[in-house]
Amino acid sequence: MTDLDTFRAETRAWLEENVPASMREPVRSDSDANWGGRKADYSKNPDQKLYMDRMASRGWTVPDWPKAYGGGGLSPAESKVLREEMGRITARNPLNSFGISMLGPALLKYGTEEQKLEHLPRIARGEIRWCQGYSEPNAGSDLAGLQTSAEDAGDHYIVNGQKVWTSYADKADWIFCLVRTDKTRKQGGISFVLFDMDSPGVSTKPILLISGYSPFCETFFDNVKVPKANLIYEENKGWDVAKYLLGHEREMISGMGLAGPGGNPLIDGAVATIGLDESGRLADPILRAELALFEVRAKAFGAMSERFIDELKAGQAHPAQPSMMKYYGTELNKARNELVMAAGGSDALEWESERSGGGGKARAWLRTKANSIEGGTSEVQLNIIAKRILDLPSA
Amino acid sequence: MPLYLNDEQTMLRDTARDFVADAAPVRHLRELRDSKNPDGFSRDLWKQFAEMGFTGILIGEDQGGLGLGHVEAGVVLEEIGRNLTPSPFLATAVAAVEALKGSAQAERRFPGILSGETIAALALDEGAKFRDTVGLKAERSGNGFKLTGTKQFVTHGHVADFLIVSARTAGAAADAEGVTLFAIDKGAAGLSAEAERLADSSVAARLTLEGVEVDADAVIGEVDGGRGLLDRLLAAGRAGASAELLGVGAGAMDMTVGYLKERKQFGVTIGSFQALQHRAAHLYSELEVARAAVLKAQQLLDAADPKADEAVPVAKAMSSLATALSVQEGVQMHGGIGMTDEYDIGFYMKRHRVLAEMFGDANYHADKLARAAGY
Repeated sequence: MTDLDTFRAETRAWLEENVPASMREPVRSDSDANWGGRKADYSKNPDQKLYMDRMASRGWTVPDWPKAYGGGGLSPAESKVLREEMGRITARNPLNSFGISMLGPALLKYGTEEQKLEHLPRIARGEIRWCQGYSEPNAGSDLAGLQTSAEDAGDHYIVNGQKVWTSYADKADWIFCLVRTDKTRKQGGISFVLFDMDSPGVSTKPILLISGYSPFCETFFDNVKVPKANLIYEENKGWDVAKYLLGHEREMISGMGLAGPGGNPLIDGAVATIGLDESGRLADPILRAELALFEVRAKAFGAMSERFIDELKAGQAHPAQPSMMKYYGTELNKARNELVMAAGGSDALEWESERSGGGGKARAWLRTKANSIEGGTSEVQLNIIAKRILDLPSA
Repeated sequence: MPLYLNDEQTMLRDTARDFVADAAPVRHLRELRDSKNPDGFSRDLWKQFAEMGFTGILIGEDQGGLGLGHVEAGVVLEEIGRNLTPSPFLATAVAAVEALKGSAQAERRFPGILSGETIAALALDEGAKFRDTVGLKAERSGNGFKLTGTKQFVTHGHVADFLIVSARTAGAAADAEGVTLFAIDKGAAGLSAEAERLADSSVAARLTLEGVEVDADAVIGEVDGGRGLLDRLLAAGRAGASAELLGVGAGAMDMTVGYLKERKQFGVTIGSFQALQHRAAHLYSELEVARAAVLKAQQLLDAADPKADEAVPVAKAMSSLATALSVQEGVQMHGGIGMTDEYDIGFYMKRHRVLAEMFGDANYHADKLARAAGY
């Protein structure tokens, strides 16, 4: 047996022993997922906490981070085995976290040792929930046009301004935030800072979306004091950190294009609503054809995700490849949800009924429309692919 | 196993890339077409493939081959696709070898394939669209069988040294079981081939078998038990065709992106226009996804993993769809020059159309996946 086989056997046994049964069920809604943090309420589902703590004790909430920062220290091959073994028993992601998917990689690359030791282990254990202060009312696709200012006040900055589309700002404990430290330069006047959302002067206001939910907020900063120790990398070099982090954000969003583990809710839903004809085919032949061709792309994208992760871990992925993943994954997810609605018919239109899970399908469908906007629009991703991968000239 | 080429496979790719681009660039196809070459491919080039060891890529080392797998065969096929090289490689060195492997026929046929003397053709299709049905009849006669029926879309079937023919020995055309595979030598009495040049300048035969008599040893594998063997042949053929499609798509995209960087209108290179950049970037994305699907299918076939049953149809469908986009966008973005025979991009469009039909098109495979998923 190779070392990897041994690792697989041990991992399988440990997961069998330690993943609670309820954590092998699909996540039913956003509120059913574990995001950790100071405000997390585990009274409804204590298994979430149990599972997260058990995984964190092995460093497996962040399997490939170094052990010193709360990670599992696994090699790329070992973390692939762990993913496969978790998939085998349809184990949930133990901790959804912008700290893991976005801030962590940026800190690992740009943080000081002190900053890493302060923040990474708390991210790995799910103690702090992070939000992202990037977009502003006048800085969307043109993100580098942001105006939130950070004035130098000796050992700290005074931050003033407004962010928008801040996901879960009202539930977050800390924010990683882009601020302007030099008004005379665009990209070269941006800095990357971290601060506690409980700091005096921070307020949030949820935005009601077309889905009827408010996952995004407006976030206001009124003379917020931010210690200079919380500056990541150098002053006026935050754009480098921001772009690096965006690559990881795009990777995370692209994951939305993947079908979850176990079953296929899209197909199961279509069969349940429409039924099969005498030859065992979906009774709506045109929808069946649409579904079948969609599934080709969805399954191919599943392989692409595996390839992308493998290439990334081996340092072989093109640095702009996350843009391709983000573009493809989000467009796929939108297409999937259009098909979910088409397959669901009028059942899927119910907005509040218990039978529809409070409009679960309709609200999820509407939510996906943000996928190709957040983290950089599809058009921005295509610009990046054209310039950085295909090397096409600027206008 | 990581989903990218390992070091040895990357080396093989580099070797194959240089070799095919040097020995058989698109100009080679053009010359064969313009000289109305009756075979549709070059026997000399096939010999060179043999000298490189490529014809034995899937043949075990104990039998004189390289003992490699579908990933490696795909590496070679991608370069064949990129250069639109007319070659019996897919039919002979991939599909036929896969069908013969482990049978009594292997010892007889492999030496010729290894030396570049022998070329095989696949006689599977019975209608204009590939279907799972097998209607060509093989009836017991004396010590052997007598075959009667027709086949079509048999690439270079008019000059192949032997044919692999799927035939019905029991049951009805639509039955899964009762199929037998035969290896039939060129020139068998009662076998006639009508050679037809296709849109991509390749030559495919319509075959008529009128009571073709063969000995029992012409049977590959078991009588009535050929379905599993046929599925294996088809899986290898589909994975291979997917890799070749990928090469066609990548070649067309490279040519198109190159053109966008050269061609000037309104005083600037047209590649600076966002309308064209977005089309090119979308195309890149589709091809990347297809590449992953194809490699996944090849790796699963090499691991004899049953998940290949799903991955192979996904690969064939996805590579057909992505490459369709590549060749169509290629002609469109070249503008008027893309419509000329003098320019190569049109050859890519034609080759895609042929490969897309081979062993079942994207719709066939999407339907197959849907049925397997229970809808």
